[in-house]
Amino acid sequence: MSGVTIRDLSKAFPKEDGTATQALAGVNLEISDEEFICLVGPSGCGKTTLLRIIAGLETATTGDVTVDGRAVTGPDPKRGMVFQEYSLFPWRRVIDNVAFGLEMKGVAKEERRRTADYYLELVGLSQFRDAYPYELSGGMRQRVAIARALANDPDVLLMDEPFGALDAQTRNRMQKELLSLWEQTKKTIVFVTHSVDEAVYLSDRIVVLSPRPGSIREIIDIPWSRPRDRTSAEFAEVRRRVLRMIDETENAQ
Amino acid sequence: MNRQTQKRLLGIAALVVTAVIWQIVAEYVVGRSFILPSVTDVAGAFANLLESGTLLADIAVSLEHFGIGLLAAFFLGVPIGILMGWFRVADFLLDPIIEILRPIPPLAWIPFAIIWFGLTTQAAGFVIFAGAFFPILTATYSGFRDVPKVFVEAGKVLGCDTSFELIRHVALPAAIPAIASGIRIAMGVGWMCLVAAEMFGVSRYGLGYQLWHNYYLHQMPNVVVYMLILGFAGLIIDRIFRNYVDGQLLRWRAGEVA
Repeated sequence: MSGVTIRDLSKAFPKEDGTATQALAGVNLEISDEEFICLVGPSGCGKTTLLRIIAGLETATTGDVTVDGRAVTGPDPKRGMVFQEYSLFPWRRVIDNVAFGLEMKGVAKEERRRTADYYLELVGLSQFRDAYPYELSGGMRQRVAIARALANDPDVLLMDEPFGALDAQTRNRMQKELLSLWEQTKKTIVFVTHSVDEAVYLSDRIVVLSPRPGSIREIIDIPWSRPRDRTSAEFAEVRRRVLRMIDETENAQ
Repeated sequence: MNRQTQKRLLGIAALVVTAVIWQIVAEYVVGRSFILPSVTDVAGAFANLLESGTLLADIAVSLEHFGIGLLAAFFLGVPIGILMGWFRVADFLLDPIIEILRPIPPLAWIPFAIIWFGLTTQAAGFVIFAGAFFPILTATYSGFRDVPKVFVEAGKVLGCDTSFELIRHVALPAAIPAIASGIRIAMGVGWMCLVAAEMFGVSRYGLGYQLWHNYYLHQMPNVVVYMLILGFAGLIIDRIFRNYVDGQLLRWRAGEVA
């Protein structure tokens, strides 16, 4: 079981002049095991901050996050993270990027390469195992980054707009591949995105945040089976609803 | 004719023309070998020096001085640069000291080099160290300051728990290009300090020593020979280092290296 529980969470960033910017306030969220959650909301609503707190890269001002019943106190390989920017280590070959986490754990070279090969196969990039990141396209780099996070066998996969920098076609293909990965690995996924379309296509539940200080405005269940048809009437209807919600809050600001 | 051969031919042509002009000016305009030795004077001097047989010893001794200074600069500059680049407290502590010492010209250390080390190989090495240390230190420092935050965070979520692990597996490899270019600059500065470091007679050999020695003997064609050897040796050292760095250390940057 790898659920995530967020309780009464708030986050304030101190400013130079002694005051503070309230980024998040009173966030409560229960994410169940093997669930695919998308966080959406207007720019600056703190969705990335929320994700980074779950990752342990930021600390909450009040409240707490528990994963699998254990409180989050700092970064941990049990919570994999895929960043928006290209985060592969450019000095390591693809295979050694994927094996990095296992290397830090002290796994022997042969074994960690075997595991890394398995995950590279899973993201369909076995033929690039000995390439350097600069030789890969943007979409391939993010696939390697996903493989690198998965190689640690995390309880939760945290993704911060991982496809934000990709062109529309690549992005759609990556979404399909991510869903198939999710079905194969059965990870809990928390996915931050700007694209409502992406959120409706991917998630079990969409969590809509309100503007700063961010709090949960609404949670929308999407019980449909996958793959989903972006052109269907119900898809368009949900997308419109979420977009209107974000628009309203943005204008009310 | 492709670009590459065109470039080569034009380069050679320019060198030949320069040599001819030099020869004409030296022989017919200046007319005194003491003030401007001609090309043929220099070539003759070079042949004589080859026969007399100290050239190899001179090069070996100079490389020794240079190697001592550069190695010391590397083994002190890189660790201190890492400390200052990674730990803010170390930066706050050391920065004022470094900022005061750094603008002192390396050659200003010569008196203390002699007092501390005597007329020894180490004294010459120390002067070169004084020139090479700061470029390596500052390059390492800024290389560490410029490590992209996302690499450090990726390292953390992938299981680097300590500063040591983050430095070793993330920050240091990320900073290698900066450190390598710092070493290149340091080698250039160190090589420039060589002539002065050998000027005060720490040894009977050495390119810098011979340059001064021949000046006192008024053997100006020999001085030009040593000048040219210093130039060529500096060039070759730089090329070897650059090829090594591009081919071994920085294959992952594939042609981006300056």
